[in-house]
Order: sequence, then structure tokens, then C-alpha cells
Amino acid sequence: MSRLIGVINLDHELDQLKELTYFRCGAAVPFASRYRLIDFTLSNMMHAGVHDIALFIRRKYRSLLDHLGEGRPWDLDRRRGGLFILPPDWNDPTDASRGDLQHVHNNLDFFHRSSGQTLVHAGTQHVNKVDIEDVYRYHREKNADVTLVYKPIDQLESEHAPCARLEIDENGRVTGIHQEQDHHNIYLEMFVMDKGLYLDQVKHCIAHQDNHFFRDAIQKNPSGLRIYAYRYEGYHAVINSIESYYKNSMKLLDQQQYQALFQNQPVHTKIKYEAPTRYTHSAEVDHSLVANGCTIGGKVENSILFRGVQVEEGARVSNSIIMQKCVIRKGAVVENVVLDKDVQLSPDRTLIGDIRVPYVIAKNSVI
Amino acid sequence: MRKKEVVAMLLAGGQGKRLKGLTRTLAKPAVFFGGTYRIIDFPLSNCTHSGIDTVGVLTQYEPLVLHSYIGVGSDWDLDRLDGGVFVLPPHEKENGNNWYRGTADAIYRNLHFLDQYDPEHVLILSGDHIYKMDYSRMLHYHKEKEADCTISVINVTIQEAQRFGILNADDDLKIYDFEEKPEQPKSTLASMGIYLFKWEVLRRYLLESASDSESSHDFGKDIIPLLLQHGRSLYAYPFAGYWKDVGTIQSLWESNMDLLVQDPPLDLNDPFWRIYTRSPNQPAQYITQRAILKNSIVNEGCMVDGEVRHSVLFYGVEVGEGSVITDSVIMPNVKIGRNVRIHRAIVNENIVIEDNAFIGPEDSSDEIILFDQESQLHARI
Repeated sequence: MSRLIGVINLDHELDQLKELTYFRCGAAVPFASRYRLIDFTLSNMMHAGVHDIALFIRRKYRSLLDHLGEGRPWDLDRRRGGLFILPPDWNDPTDASRGDLQHVHNNLDFFHRSSGQTLVHAGTQHVNKVDIEDVYRYHREKNADVTLVYKPIDQLESEHAPCARLEIDENGRVTGIHQEQDHHNIYLEMFVMDKGLYLDQVKHCIAHQDNHFFRDAIQKNPSGLRIYAYRYEGYHAVINSIESYYKNSMKLLDQQQYQALFQNQPVHTKIKYEAPTRYTHSAEVDHSLVANGCTIGGKVENSILFRGVQVEEGARVSNSIIMQKCVIRKGAVVENVVLDKDVQLSPDRTLIGDIRVPYVIAKNSVI
Repeated sequence: MRKKEVVAMLLAGGQGKRLKGLTRTLAKPAVFFGGTYRIIDFPLSNCTHSGIDTVGVLTQYEPLVLHSYIGVGSDWDLDRLDGGVFVLPPHEKENGNNWYRGTADAIYRNLHFLDQYDPEHVLILSGDHIYKMDYSRMLHYHKEKEADCTISVINVTIQEAQRFGILNADDDLKIYDFEEKPEQPKSTLASMGIYLFKWEVLRRYLLESASDSESSHDFGKDIIPLLLQHGRSLYAYPFAGYWKDVGTIQSLWESNMDLLVQDPPLDLNDPFWRIYTRSPNQPAQYITQRAILKNSIVNEGCMVDGEVRHSVLFYGVEVGEGSVITDSVIMPNVKIGRNVRIHRAIVNENIVIEDNAFIGPEDSSDEIILFDQESQLHARI
């Protein structure tokens, strides 16, 4: 379905995951044992047949570029279209655009050259399995100018606080966008819009010295756009703080949550060639997610192990997230902790964090 | 095309009859091994790590899975502009006939492929062995000895020797005698089926053998003895690492079990010698609160709610509550119900095993059971 083009905009995603985002942007944060947050957005687009994607990045993108490569895992290494990673490199002194509008204004070629006439815009902080094709269908059906994707949340949590909420009338039309904390319709930072209209709106915003496309063109809606809301009911997690990262990771240990995220269509990620995980005679593992390439001789409970982790005999890991290639030596104890990549924990060390606010250890540390 | 120093030819046309149901619809090199691999991953990865960037894969029996698996070779870094991997099925010519009649004949029928690279040396590999080997060292040895042909050998026990091609060599490892599966082996140097030839020499003998109606067109039976007879210089290249011919259900099972010992002889976690494979792209394995996992290797995409001891689980395997799997190999996407017992068995891919089933040897015999579609049908009757 080449009628859709994708825009992944990281401009408004603040890097608030402490040590995890000191040197990488939020989109590149490892999640769910073997993925990075951006994988979920890319996979959703892939399954909707979107193979013309612009990625607007601004800072700390080294590890993101390393992860994405030429986009092959998402079938984006194309002759026509594919993945366009667009960092800022703008030297036009007469350019009046500001904020995220700069990205669009300075990359108009991408929009003009791609054949798709409709655009799906998304970020990476809302992990979800939205069926973009279905959103597009709904968008057409309603003859909408813009269709926003939202999920009604029963249990509002702290991570929802920065999210926009939608007021919707009985026809599905959006009558208000605000941030009232007790409102349940959480906007997923994903919308579908016709390309021509989008570019017109961008032009209009720049002319009015705006700097935030969603706020200035959609939320304030000065042009009186017909904005509709698409209701999504599936897996959804907002990752915008260490607490929400930890909590939502741990929720994946619930079998239903795990299945909701991984059932039906697969999530694609950069290919690694790790051997399957080895459990030795002394391994004791329960209620955990484990990626490939691990060697486990110790005790692992309620935890998430990324690829290539070693847990030696006599070590214990509980309620923790252990990223790629960490080594937990004999007798070490890890509890309520997030270890970033390549952390080494020496024998008999103990690291215990708080169950609500896990202790985060930066990449490459030796303790 | 640039002249290549060495081109590898991988013989992958074998049916592997002794693997029974495992090779009903796929060629032996495509058989699964070690929780995530197929046998052919080993020689292909070895080529990549040895700096050999041009590989012909000769296929014949049930080639669909193998062809689509290899694809353009990108998983092994063999999607090269100058070289890369080439799948070479038998094909019809102007003068008719086509099937590969033997190992040597398969190479002979692809002379045009080799000629276009005009290599100095040709490395002949087979697609049914599990091992990690640096072919560039063998090449170095081959050049040092100025050999016409170098055969990689491994020391086996005298009992095993009857199953192999056995080489007799002098102290300098110069070969003076070769016997295919001898009843009374004179030595324990077994051929690993890896031959490195000077292309110019091999080319001449292939042409000769092709026109010989008596010949069975086989390297072991014809080409090697002929070279010896003509006083050519043949050397044995001793290999000391792990090497296993996985031609039978028993040996395939054993080779999988070899991965489960402490410090396994075949290290699959060596970051400098990864075995590349086509990624099945599955989520992390889900281990429940009740699960018990000991001495096992388990791939991504598994969901384990039961007990797994001394076994290998491929991707996408589900083990239900109360089920116990011991000393077994479970191929991809097998769904195992509740309270199932599986012991000393290989379960073929995509099989659904119903609750309370028992799979394993019926008496106390040591034989390994292959559970496949056919045994499933029998079980229902």
C-alpha cells in the first residue's frame, strides 16, 4: 500500500530516562528484552505497507543510526523510497521556520518526491500495535482532514500526565484537545493526514511564526480542520521516565501483556547472530523474559534479560532489567535495578534499588 | 570478473535418507541444528570468517527450502558485488542430460562457473557437517606444501574408522593411500570431506573422469585414488577441533547434546566466530513461574511453562504446564500441551503434541525416537 508515507518525529521527545538517555535519544532506548523503542513504530508502519519513511532527528542519534542502518530489518532498504534519516543540517539564512516545522520545511523534497498522498505521523514514546491501515480506512470513511489515534485509559498513571487528551463527540469528531489530568482519552501522538493539506498547514504555521506543528495547527486548529479520533484498544505503554520505563517493562512479565505486544504480527529489530540461551545445571529461572545469547547459571526471577547477558552460578537477579552483554559474577545480588549495556558486577556485590524507582547503572560501568 | 585465489564449492544436494522424516521435504544441509541453526550455516559462516567471498552451493534434492533460505546470502555477508553465494542446481544443456551423478560430476557440470573466476584453488565442502574451521589456514598449509590436493583429516577411533574414507600418510603427512570405508582400516586419519585442489589439476581430472563411463564420478571413490595413482602430491591437513557428521538421527541428536555439556567443545558464543543464520525474528523467550530449565539451550520465541532438562528447544516452541522434556531436541514451532512427557526424542518442526502424550523409546533401548508427521498419524490410528 504505497499510498501512505511515514514521518517519525523525535523532536518533542525529551530524553528523560536518566542514565539511559545520557548518550542516546529516547527512540534508541532498549526495551522488551531485545528491541529499541523505535522498532515498534517502524514495525507498525512496515505492517501497513509504509515503505517511504522520513525520520526527523535532532540530537544524540549515534546509537539510533547504528541500530537503523539502511533499514533492512523493516524492509526499508528500497530502490524507491525507503528510510530517510534526516538530521538537522540547515544553512539557509533566510529560513524563517522554527521548532519541528524546520524539519518539514527543510526536507520538502522528501514530501514532493514520494508518491504517497497520505501521511502517517508518529513518535516513539507510545509503544503500541496500532493497525495503521485500519486508521487510514477510518480516516477515508470519515472524510476527515486529520485523524488522531487515542486510547481510553482506565487507570491513569504518572506517565500519562504530559499526554494530550481528546474530547470526542458521538460521531468521533474531536471537539477539544487539552491536558486535563483526569481525562481518559490519551492521544498516542499518531495522526493521519493528507500530504497536501499537511504541507499547506506547515506553510501556514511558518507564516505565523509558530514552532510546534501539533499544537499550532491541530490543537489550536485555526483553520477549522475536520479532526476525527480513532479509538485503539490494544497494547499501549507510555515511556517517558525511568519509572514508566521500569513499570511498563515489568508489566510485560504478565503473560497477557506479553501476548498483546507480540501476538499476531511480529516486531522487527536489528538482526544479531547470537546463539540460543544456555541454562546450566544450576540455573533457576522463573517469571522472566530472556533474549538469546545469555548464559544463566544463577537465579533469575521477575526480570528481563537482554541479549548476551551472563549470570554466573550463585548470583541472583530479581525484579531487574539487565541490558545487553552485562555480566553478573558469582555471589552478586541485583534487585530492582536497571543495568545499561556492558555493565559488569563483580563477585559478591549487592545492588538493591527501590521497587518504584529502580537504581539505574550507566553503560559500561564496572562495579 | 576478477580472478579469485580460492572459490568454495559446497555440495548440498544430498537427500540424507538416514535422517528419515527430517529430510522428507528438505535437503540435508537445511536440517535444523542447535536451537537456531541449519547445518549449512556452519560451512557458510566458516567461508565468511575465512575470507572466502565466492561460494557455489550445488543443490539437487528438494531444493526449495535451501534456495529460499540462502536467498542472496546477506545473512552470511555473501551478498557481494564481485563474488558472493551462487546456488547451482543441475540444469539442462544443449546436449541434454542434467542430474548430478556424483560429487565430482556436480563440480564438472559447473566448470563454466569456476572458469569465470579462474581461481588458483578450489575448496570442496559438504553441507552435512557441524564444525568451525578456518579454511584460510588450510589454504596456507596447502600452498606451503605445494600440494595438488590437500584433504582435511580428523583422528577417529579404529571402530569409527570403518565409516569414513581413511587416509594413510607418511610422517610428513604426504598421502600415499586412500581407502573408502575400509573393513580393516590401516590408520585412523579420517577424511572430513573437505578437499582443497589446485584448480588447474582438478579441472584436468574432472574432464578425464567425466568421459570415463566406468567412473562413479565421486571424489572419494574416483578422483582421489586417480590422483594418487598418478603420483600427484596429496597432503593431509590435520584438524583438531569439534567435527561431527550429522548423517543419522542418532548422530544429529548426539551433536545437539554435545552443546549441553559444561564448556561445550563447539562454542557458539565466540564473538569472533559467530555462526550466522537467518533470523526467525521472535520475541524474547517467556519463562513462567512454574518453569524449570536445567542444562538446556532455548531459543527466542519459546514459552516455557513446564520442565526442560538436558534438551534443545528451537524457536517458537511452547511447553505446557506439567510437561517434562528430557534428553530431547524440539524443532521450531512445536506446540507441546500439558502433562506431556518427551524423552530421548527429536520432534520435527510444526508439530502439535496433545495433552498427556508420551514420546520416547518404548522399551529401555537407547534408540532415539524421531517424532514427525508420520508418527503422529500412527499415534492417531
